[in-house]
Amino acid sequence: METTNNIISIRGLYKRFPMGKDEFTALHDINLSFGTGEFAGLIGPSGSGKTTLLNIIGSLDVPTQGEAIVLGRSIGKLSPRESARLRKESLGFIFQSYNLLAVHTVYENVEFPLLLLNYTESERQKMVLDALEWVGLSPKIKSKPPQLSGGECQRVAIARAMVKKPRLVLADEPTANLDAANSHHILQTMEKLNRELKTTFIFATHDEKVISYLKRRIYLLDGRVDNEELTEAI
Amino acid sequence: MKTAIKLAYRNLIGAGLRTWLNVIVLSFSFVIIIFMKGIMTGWDYQAKTDMTNWQIGGGQYWHEAYDPYDPFTFSDSHAPVPSGMQEEISRGNAMAQLIVQGTLYPAGRMVQVTIRGIDPGQQVLQIPTARLDTLTDAIPALIGSMMAKNSRLKEGDYVTLRWRDAAGTFDATDVIIAGIFATNVPAMDAGQIYIPLDTLRALALLPGEASILTFRESEKQRTELPGWKWMSKPELTREVDELIKTKQTGQTVLYAILLLLAMLAIFDTQVLSIFRRQKEIGTYIALGYTRQQVVGLFTVEGSMHAVLAAVTGAIYGVPFLAWQAKVGWTLPMEASEFGMAMAQTLYPVYSLGLVATTVLLVTITTAIVSYIPSRKIAKMNPTDALRGKLQ
Repeated sequence: METTNNIISIRGLYKRFPMGKDEFTALHDINLSFGTGEFAGLIGPSGSGKTTLLNIIGSLDVPTQGEAIVLGRSIGKLSPRESARLRKESLGFIFQSYNLLAVHTVYENVEFPLLLLNYTESERQKMVLDALEWVGLSPKIKSKPPQLSGGECQRVAIARAMVKKPRLVLADEPTANLDAANSHHILQTMEKLNRELKTTFIFATHDEKVISYLKRRIYLLDGRVDNEELTEAI
Repeated sequence: MKTAIKLAYRNLIGAGLRTWLNVIVLSFSFVIIIFMKGIMTGWDYQAKTDMTNWQIGGGQYWHEAYDPYDPFTFSDSHAPVPSGMQEEISRGNAMAQLIVQGTLYPAGRMVQVTIRGIDPGQQVLQIPTARLDTLTDAIPALIGSMMAKNSRLKEGDYVTLRWRDAAGTFDATDVIIAGIFATNVPAMDAGQIYIPLDTLRALALLPGEASILTFRESEKQRTELPGWKWMSKPELTREVDELIKTKQTGQTVLYAILLLLAMLAIFDTQVLSIFRRQKEIGTYIALGYTRQQVVGLFTVEGSMHAVLAAVTGAIYGVPFLAWQAKVGWTLPMEASEFGMAMAQTLYPVYSLGLVATTVLLVTITTAIVSYIPSRKIAKMNPTDALRGKLQ
């Protein structure tokens, strides 16, 4: 799908990993584009390459062949510093196991990306409180992750990903550790943020609950795009 | 850097007991190193002050034949006090001593002694010579407490003293122990007996002669005197300097062991952190840190142990060190048995330079020890780190 407001453009992308003396090809000739405000998902079973593709889009990894242009920058050509800058300024990550900083409070976890962006203390405070209000965690501001439930932890992770209002949020199996009620709560929160802030969300998932919320579904199988479907006009 | 410091501080405080155990061990290193170095500085200061007050004053002229380590030189090491020096002596700025070898017979035993003739009215040295200014039926003599203990003499005892005069004739007389003094300078005590200068001059047939001339002030430039050699204060205290230097070298080994123990704890914590906190490392990278910045963060985190240790050390160390400086550290055994200028109670002396050097040394060492294991992060694959996969 090609639109004029593409923020991600992937062309002939391959990713190979060394495996002993041989190579394992995790992604074969991927060609995809994503526009602003999409709520899309990479769907597939374990080993289908969805996390690998998400990592490349998030500039945590580089393609072996082909090109991935994210927000105008070619991932394979970025220096470590440029790559870190892209993640810091424009990307938000949500992980399956939350990846919160255990010894920091909810407030400090959400504040972390803003510290890297050198916001002033008062700016940070306002942005963190806003983000925690979006996810409904204002009363838990002083709690630490071990004191929170799984759903609350993931909401903190969403607040952390959204606090700097990034253009793109990448969520890797965000509901895998959550029960149905919490999963729906999380997904509704993300859907609302997508609608209100026009942030692009890309998921890597095989969870039916997540799939049911997606407006664009890209099915991966053995490292190839197997099928793609839209649930509403984008 | 500011962000790294802020994060490192949060991580350390958040880590709780693990951090504080390391910090307390490291703070012991700070306090003990400063205390031991303070003792050394105090000992150095005290030894030199005592030597100055009791033995060497502001410097001495020695008769050119005089060698304090060779008693056989004593018979030849005397000469008339140079005329220019008499004025200084009469003004109280200098004093003369005549040194003669002798033998003491306490309770029938024979003890080799150095007989020192000293002016009872002198005020250059702290030795209480005024006690020699007394009228008795025997020659009044002063001895140190160590000498009194070894020869089992006490105040008021009579004892026979034998010497050889300038003509080579042996003679003997009874002396009375007019006083026993306590000093931290063994050279003024062990094997020494003090009698009035004029009396010794008469006994040894050496009128107007002296072996050493001691000055009150050290600043003054001394002219060369034929037949005499000038011994400046630094020359006379050189042995103490060398002794302290030797002691300090030995102590450095102790500091190294202390630091090594503390550093081992820091190194261990760093290695364990990198092993256990892989997901966290991956998260830092995902949120916008470069791997080098994460290395920096972990290094700052490790180094901050030293900063917290300095603060913790200050909390209990400052009162402890101040108390020690006031009451001193009393040696568990007799200091006089060491055979060197050493008080029974040593008072540590601390300087800003000592504290600053110690803090700097420990902080730099901690930073290096923290950095070495943290370099591993630079080789980590962030996607594996995010999954917590061991690398």
